[in-house]
Amino acid sequence: MESILVLTHADETGSALNNASLEAVTAGLELASRLNAQLAIGIVAADATALSKCLPSEGARLLAVSGEAFAQARYATDAAACEALCRAVQPTIVLAPASSRFTRVAASVAHRLGGFIDTHISSIGGTDRVEATRWFYRQRVEAAISRDARPWFLLLDAGTYAAFAGATGTAQVEQVPVELPALRTMVSGFRAPTQGAQTIRPDAKMLFVAGAGWTKKQPDGQVHATEAGELIVGFLAATGASLGSSKSLVDQGGEGNSVLPFLTHLNQIGQTGSTPRHAKGLSTCCHGEEPHVVGWRFIGDRRAISLDPNCGWTRGKADVVYVADAFEVIAKVNALLGAAKA
Amino acid sequence: MPNALHIVVCAGIVPDPLQTLEPVTTAAGPGLKNEMVLPAVLDPWASSALYEAASLTTKNPGSRVWLVSLGPKAKLQAVMMTIAQKVAFELVPIDGPIGGFPEAHSTAAVLAETIAALPGLDRSHLLLFGGWESATRGAGVTLQLVGEILGIADQFQGVDQIDLREDGSFEVLERVEGGKHQVSVCAGTPAVLGWATGGLAEPRNNPQIGMANMRTIMPALQKAKVAKLEANGLSYVSVSLPKQQRTTRVVKDLSPDEIARELVEWIGAE
Repeated sequence: MESILVLTHADETGSALNNASLEAVTAGLELASRLNAQLAIGIVAADATALSKCLPSEGARLLAVSGEAFAQARYATDAAACEALCRAVQPTIVLAPASSRFTRVAASVAHRLGGFIDTHISSIGGTDRVEATRWFYRQRVEAAISRDARPWFLLLDAGTYAAFAGATGTAQVEQVPVELPALRTMVSGFRAPTQGAQTIRPDAKMLFVAGAGWTKKQPDGQVHATEAGELIVGFLAATGASLGSSKSLVDQGGEGNSVLPFLTHLNQIGQTGSTPRHAKGLSTCCHGEEPHVVGWRFIGDRRAISLDPNCGWTRGKADVVYVADAFEVIAKVNALLGAAKA
Repeated sequence: MPNALHIVVCAGIVPDPLQTLEPVTTAAGPGLKNEMVLPAVLDPWASSALYEAASLTTKNPGSRVWLVSLGPKAKLQAVMMTIAQKVAFELVPIDGPIGGFPEAHSTAAVLAETIAALPGLDRSHLLLFGGWESATRGAGVTLQLVGEILGIADQFQGVDQIDLREDGSFEVLERVEGGKHQVSVCAGTPAVLGWATGGLAEPRNNPQIGMANMRTIMPALQKAKVAKLEANGLSYVSVSLPKQQRTTRVVKDLSPDEIARELVEWIGAE
């Protein structure tokens, strides 16, 4: 009989569980119900008492590792906390969100427990046995996998399950003691990119992707990088969209060419960047080559503006392609959005 | 030389990103069609790690860089012809299977065993580098497992920057949610750093570096040990390409005004 542990952690504020953790709770409840398995939920936080109120009051054993050392994400403390929770529960399957915090430690914890790990899980299914679906080759090949070995750690990609929103209560939380190693790493805080405020934001409804065409010579023979930057920033301000970019455009900064000053590698999507999940995506001045398409794998409704009617986007990768000058179109979009807000 | 570093970069080889990939079933499990003849490159994020390692060695005299790479010997040799032109390193090749489907824990065990046996490596000065994920399996666990097996208690993933200080401590920027970096200060080596893109552009080819590298690379390839990877209970139920074909509406005859109106309506729709 399987026994399931869901690992969760607090968000940046420390006063709530992060959304990806609540998604993992949903996955745990579904899997436990299907397998008729025992379910436990572990919390890593400075103060887990308040956080437990976000969790199911029945059907799951609640455990926590608490203390000031766990207020911040750090390899040594988080690995020790997760290891302690796993040893307390002795699960056969461990589910955890693929947050930066748990991604940093989950494989090591699996190793300490003599278990095995698979990450970027997008669904869990199977009838006779547990099967997990994940992507290979940067979202270009999809596979369903299974393992006989236990414990089996599965890191769930964000957005693959709905966040837990069921009945909550005040179930008793068992505190699990942890013996910490000597700490050699101190977390001093967070730093936003100095070159601009907009990057890939998972909470945005829409992804706006700026391609290298924005900094190419325009019909007048000149480069209009400053104007391009103003148009893009104006669009982002009006729509609240997340900003992605192609590698070629980000790389131009290192090659001394005209660049959009607010772009950094954090904006990069595709083969060497992120693969965000958004309901909509608007690509501008991009070529639809395969590495870039990878970055669009999980975008629902895709539209593109391109001067090249034969670019890769016209070959079944976008829903709508507008053959037009993005400078003109985005300027008019910004004007319409501005007028609607006024 | 208080900051002389021993940097070991773990880097696999991956199909050139522009290649079309098609999964097939082989006698050894899933694989890619014509995998052995697909043009290959050094893994992109691991390449960032290698360039950052080389940059650190130039700033810290007495430092050394090892490049540990597991893959078929012939493919490694082909990729090294290019990489050897970029930065100086000592290659530690391991002759093993290619691709994203071999099991990560087995891969990590082989890499850790190889690193632990490196002659001249001072593990108290070790920085273990690699990509935070590969472009093949993309699990983001191999480097972490290698570090854990080697007993390294400080690990950082999604690293974009490291700043070494005079006292041997260093500041690290790691990518976290919300497009931000977490800033940490580590007391010193040893540590594991899984790199994202970093801050360096790809170095230009330097024939002199290439010639110096190739003098050690070819003998190292000839002596490469052979590794067999265990499945560790992992089985593949199915491997397939995603259904990505969409029915695209190509709009050629609308004015910018009309396109803008359509887009604004689309943006506002739920």
